[in-house]
Amino acid sequence: MRPLTAQLRAELTMILSNGETLLLTLGIPVLFLLFFSAVHVLPTGTAHPVDFLVPGILALAVMSTAMTALGIGAGFERGYGVLKRLGATPLGRPRLLAAKILSVIGVELLQAVVLVLAGLALGWSPGRGAGALVGAAVAAMVLGTVAFGGIGLLLAGSLKPLVNLAAVNTLFVVLLLLGGMLIPLAKLPGWLAAVARVLPASALADALHASLGLGVAVSTRDWTTLAIWAVAAPAAAARFFRWE
Amino acid sequence: MPPATDRLSTGVECDGLVVRYGATVAVDGLSFRAGAGQVLALLGPNGAGKTSTVETLEGYRRASGGSVRVLGLDPIADHRALVPRIGVMLQRGGVYPMLGPSRVLRLFAGYYDDPDDPEHLVELVGLGAVRRTPWRRLSGGEQQRLSLALALVGRPSVVFLDEPTAGVDPEGRLVVRRIVADLRDRGTCVILTTHELSEAERLADQVVIVDHGRKLAEGSPAALAADPDGGSVRFSTDPGIDTASLASAVGGGTVVTEESPGSYRLRPPAGSASPAVVAALAGWLAGRGLAVGDLRTGRSLEEAYLAITGSGGDGGAPDREPPAVRPGGGDGEPERRSRT
Repeated sequence: MRPLTAQLRAELTMILSNGETLLLTLGIPVLFLLFFSAVHVLPTGTAHPVDFLVPGILALAVMSTAMTALGIGAGFERGYGVLKRLGATPLGRPRLLAAKILSVIGVELLQAVVLVLAGLALGWSPGRGAGALVGAAVAAMVLGTVAFGGIGLLLAGSLKPLVNLAAVNTLFVVLLLLGGMLIPLAKLPGWLAAVARVLPASALADALHASLGLGVAVSTRDWTTLAIWAVAAPAAAARFFRWE
Repeated sequence: MPPATDRLSTGVECDGLVVRYGATVAVDGLSFRAGAGQVLALLGPNGAGKTSTVETLEGYRRASGGSVRVLGLDPIADHRALVPRIGVMLQRGGVYPMLGPSRVLRLFAGYYDDPDDPEHLVELVGLGAVRRTPWRRLSGGEQQRLSLALALVGRPSVVFLDEPTAGVDPEGRLVVRRIVADLRDRGTCVILTTHELSEAERLADQVVIVDHGRKLAEGSPAALAADPDGGSVRFSTDPGIDTASLASAVGGGTVVTEESPGSYRLRPPAGSASPAVVAALAGWLAGRGLAVGDLRTGRSLEEAYLAITGSGGDGGAPDREPPAVRPGGGDGEPERRSRT
């Protein structure tokens, strides 16, 4: 237990004391929420943009932490030989992975609290006033975390650190635009929307729009897509991850 | 399965180790042993297979052939039982770039049941003044010393140091030497690699000279440096002295050669006692009013190394150095054992 708590404390400290990571995980989501709530340029399709934005940006927050922050961090740790060195300590890979997962969950909780409070302050009415399906939303976020974490670690464990940095950031922007987080998929050209629909970003955003935004059940299609990614991405990461 | 004697269960055993990367053979049948309280240096040029050997012992690579045991355990199969008892210093990196010495030592201390005190280690390796400086802003030598401290934090029984003095300034080298000596005194088995002869000579009790993945020679630095010619004496004085006269003054079939202008090598017949030879030499020089420059008996480890690896002359007479081994020759172990 002691190695795990020591590692978890270090992981959380490194995330929360790193300016770039904080900008990515808290700065950008909060900025998007404030900006696009005030400036009505996005075709959100809701009377109040904030009703669309809060669920979408929660999905963005999950992606930024589980895929981007985790992937960039793990990629550099691999490049610096940290992961290799830890392999020769009693910490062990399972506990290292557990510490990383717990730290991601911790940061996501912080993001969720900040974004929900900011959303409520901006007039967000969860589930259109009928109340949100919190259980379904949490389940979707857990599946999304596993899926995005797998993608982040897959890239971090197979690419050189700087290539990984570029790849993870590019993927972040692509999934942000195609994920239905800021722009509804209905506004995309048909073929692009078809591509977007099989990505984990749109499935998570859609699930959160349903459960938190509309207060309706999440579609089987979204659950299926999220579940497939949540199995396939970590499996690929486990298969292709090189520790040094 | 080798017999698990007490000696083996306290140290490191490498038996006919082969490490291949595809078609490349990095380690080719390497064998050596070191027990508790012994410091063994793998000495060889870059690419000799030292790091591949050490990383197999650390459990990072699987042996393609032969067997390795650390504390009587298999580094891969018994990884979980072994890691709490070994300390590892990688050749480079291995530390979170944003954490300072104190923080990263406290973190690593958290991995072990009975760790050494992190603050004590910070002082021990001389990083007290930079204890809060992130790793990436430390100098190369400071980074090496932090890596060394991290190898010690778990109070290991076996320590692997891959090039511990590479890029370390003279002050840092003293720190490394003092720590290795302390480890030896506490009964820790230390395996280190170096391509620097002087470091092997200063740090190790036992040196294994490796090239092309093979052992070329093994022994204490003194035994390796022992001159195969016996009591050979090297000295320098004015060029062009009468070597025949000197030889007859020392007597008994002595041969004196001027190896380069002003540098001489005096080879008394085997068995001659060096002090008597030196006295005779000094008397002859004094009688002619000649000054003595370098006066040395035997050879340095550096000369031995160059002779053994065949990687260049020692400024002397290369034809006279018996080639102790033939690198890459035959299937047998091309090694020369010289033990004390």
